[in-house]
Amino acid sequence: MPHDHLSPSGHPYRKDDDHPLTYWQTMEIAVRELLVEKQILTPSEITEQIDTMDARSPANGAAVVARAWVDPDFKARLLQDASAASREMGFDLGPLHLIAVENTKEIHNLIVCTLCSCYPRNLLGLPPDWYKTRAYRSRAVREPRKVLEEFGLTLPKETQIRVHDSTADMRYIVLPARPDGTEGLTEDALAALVTRDSMIGTGLPRQP
Amino acid sequence: MGGTPAGPVPRDDHDFALWEKRVDALMVLCGGKGLFTVDGLRRALEDMGEDAFETMSYYERWIAAINQNLLESGTYSIEELGARMDEIARRGPSYGEAQDG
Repeated sequence: MPHDHLSPSGHPYRKDDDHPLTYWQTMEIAVRELLVEKQILTPSEITEQIDTMDARSPANGAAVVARAWVDPDFKARLLQDASAASREMGFDLGPLHLIAVENTKEIHNLIVCTLCSCYPRNLLGLPPDWYKTRAYRSRAVREPRKVLEEFGLTLPKETQIRVHDSTADMRYIVLPARPDGTEGLTEDALAALVTRDSMIGTGLPRQP
Repeated sequence: MGGTPAGPVPRDDHDFALWEKRVDALMVLCGGKGLFTVDGLRRALEDMGEDAFETMSYYERWIAAINQNLLESGTYSIEELGARMDEIARRGPSYGEAQDG
């Protein structure tokens, strides 16, 4: 078949599509085709699932955090049941059991999955590569203060660091503290200050 | 591996390739249809041994684990898989050319 560097959707193939086909890519194609042929999955289900995942981004979590900053009742519900509170805002979390942990002047929270890569993906999208690395997963529970310093976040000695180890059934999101000097900002403007890393605990929200 | 010594956390990030997104989608959809659970995925990952965590990328381990679970559940046979992979390898030298049958 002629290869004109355009995918069936008319977009150029991504760079990685032009690399030599690997064994594991071959396996992905084979598994996918066999599942379709056996009428277990349809191609459109697969495409839709990819689109759904692509549409999830840290902006969803940022909207939830900003709402909690401006609405004390919502914040109480979020800390009570983060899945339900996120659904209130229209974010579909599936069966994910989400727990929000609040940063305060005394306590800083950090999330990790030492086992693999459990992450609040239904709210924040797929995790960054470093979250899945051996180095982060090993060290976040052993020397969190040092790991945070490497991320550029040096916390006062008095601040207690709590590390939360996620599981497949229980995921965490950090509710960062609202930055000082943001009193007059709208909810949207506040959401723009909330970074992905601030919801993992490896960063703080931006300053306005 | 929680608590074991390790070096600095590598901070480079990459956009997921299409094949990686497809692996992710296959896991979610197979899980949703009850073909296997995330525990099944995890068990297959653990069975690969420590070496796999050094030599294979994240989604390479995932597709291997998904395949292991589907073989065990009898969704398809190892012969079917092998024949299909051979056929795909003949379609073209790149993922873009081989991805659709």
